[in-house]
Amino acid sequence: MFSFIVRRTFSSIPTILILILISFALMRLAPGSPFSTDRGLPPEVLANLEAKYGLNLPWYEQIYTYLRGILFEFDFGPSFKYTDRSVNDILAQGFPVTLTYGLWSFVVAVAVGIPLGIAAAVKHNTKLDYAAVGFSIGAQVLPNFVMAPILVIIFTLWLNWLPGGGWNGGQWQYLIMPIIALSTSYMASIARITRSSMLEVLSSNFIRTAKAKGLPTRNIILRHALKPALLPVVSYLGPAFVYMITGSVIIDIYFSTGGMGQFFVDAALNRDYSLLMGVTIVFGVMTILFNAIVDITYAWLDPKIRL
Amino acid sequence: MLVNNKKMASVADSAANQNPVKGRSQWQDAMGRFKRNKASLISVYVLAALIFIAFFGPALSEWDHETIDWGLTGNAAEMGAPSIENGHFFGTDDLGRDIFSRVLQGTQISLMVGIIGTIVAVVVGVLYGAVAGYFGGRVDNIMMRFVDILMSIPYMFILIILFVMFGRSVYILFIGLGLFSWMDMARIVRGQTLTLKHKEFIEAAVAAGVSDFTIILRHIVPNLLGIVVVYTSLMIPNLILLESFISFLGLGIQEPLTSWGALISEGAKTIQYGTLWQLLFPLAFFVTGLFCFFFIGDGLRDAFDPKDR
Repeated sequence: MFSFIVRRTFSSIPTILILILISFALMRLAPGSPFSTDRGLPPEVLANLEAKYGLNLPWYEQIYTYLRGILFEFDFGPSFKYTDRSVNDILAQGFPVTLTYGLWSFVVAVAVGIPLGIAAAVKHNTKLDYAAVGFSIGAQVLPNFVMAPILVIIFTLWLNWLPGGGWNGGQWQYLIMPIIALSTSYMASIARITRSSMLEVLSSNFIRTAKAKGLPTRNIILRHALKPALLPVVSYLGPAFVYMITGSVIIDIYFSTGGMGQFFVDAALNRDYSLLMGVTIVFGVMTILFNAIVDITYAWLDPKIRL
Repeated sequence: MLVNNKKMASVADSAANQNPVKGRSQWQDAMGRFKRNKASLISVYVLAALIFIAFFGPALSEWDHETIDWGLTGNAAEMGAPSIENGHFFGTDDLGRDIFSRVLQGTQISLMVGIIGTIVAVVVGVLYGAVAGYFGGRVDNIMMRFVDILMSIPYMFILIILFVMFGRSVYILFIGLGLFSWMDMARIVRGQTLTLKHKEFIEAAVAAGVSDFTIILRHIVPNLLGIVVVYTSLMIPNLILLESFISFLGLGIQEPLTSWGALISEGAKTIQYGTLWQLLFPLAFFVTGLFCFFFIGDGLRDAFDPKDR
């Protein structure tokens, strides 16, 4: 097991390098300079600016400097637009916010989705089951950017219970709507996957044997059925994490939470390439590492995988 | 006489005259199962109606999607509400543009993004997966390793960077979305190809000296169509969701064109002024369209893979 963990962790390193190279190549391929404006700068000024940010060096030197900065000093370089701030400053400001509500959303989606799916499978073909299935079908068409305005209409405009946006140091009133908006559709997917895989496991022979032995239902579900039933759910958690990270951009924009998404979109609109790359790389590395964790969990759950 | 000759003759006669029993192909079977699924069948009709309205509905309205009704500009909350009299069936937005025409125009774009993007993704994914699966060995290893790497990158960000850098035309949107969604299809197709390639008819083709490329196109790909149809129908709504996501951020489709995501975004930004119709009409079209696609996809999956219910 230990050697598998080490191997799996190290195998994500080339992926991270490729991610950095792709982002870098895109930045190099982009037409125009990040400093070109509508009115146009005098060529000398442009040359000076490019020299300051190292853009006049040959591409292999640029990529070497960039990689070395990230790998050894964790330095993503200066922002091209916010002249007084480095990409690191901006990441340090936005990242904790995104991480706070992102982790909460993930926990809520898993903590509600899995029990809901199990309950629906155990109470197969009852009202509870139909309600769970209805919820998971309905939530397919309620992605975060649809949920967010609906929540604001209900809780801010009609009921006046929750603030319509802002962060305010992460007080709970400001966290509720972002978390619900971000987690609903994944909660539904997790519930649906849990339900169908639980139904399959419950109809298998070893569960019938356990029932025949006279084990209480509770034990059968928790001790015997749960572990194999969770396998497909765990493999969905990787993609779910990617979607949630991407969805956080919507949350930041709509609720003005001040997380990384806001900076990402601003950078995209301002053509601030270094900030754009910084955000992409940080999100990408998180995703790749999370996928490694998912794989390790999967190997631990599935006895069929030989390490 | 043990055998009744007359009876024998009539049996032989009827047997000779009987039409040969018609065989049913996998497709006919699947279509039969699909038609028995009420939700999917209704979805097909609703979707057809939606497409019809999207392309022929604009003729009903005297306003098109970019003309500004100056009398209503800046006054949407009081005067822009949906009404038959001034011809704005779904109301207007804050600039005084007709929501009805804009929703229909957005529906056209969203449907086209879903369908064209899916075609791109399916062509790339099927060919890639079939080649990887057919050749196997080291080629397969390298090709699928590459897919693994691509799948663990949050490609939405890369896609947005692409849009920002290379302009935001509709064509880049179509192709870009497709080019970032073929990986799942490639994996599925590769798995199927691996099981197909040791079948006798492929061996026969190899023995007859058919080239690898022709075998893939003529013998492997047609046998994959069932599973490809199922995943294609599920990919369309997902691409529509992706496009809506990007357009919601204001990074996708550009004015004067619009799409479901862009319309929902505009509507969502103005709800505090009480112009709810700006959000609700696009939302209704969005939800209806996606529901139809998801139900059709589920119906097709049950139809082509009946044991998986």
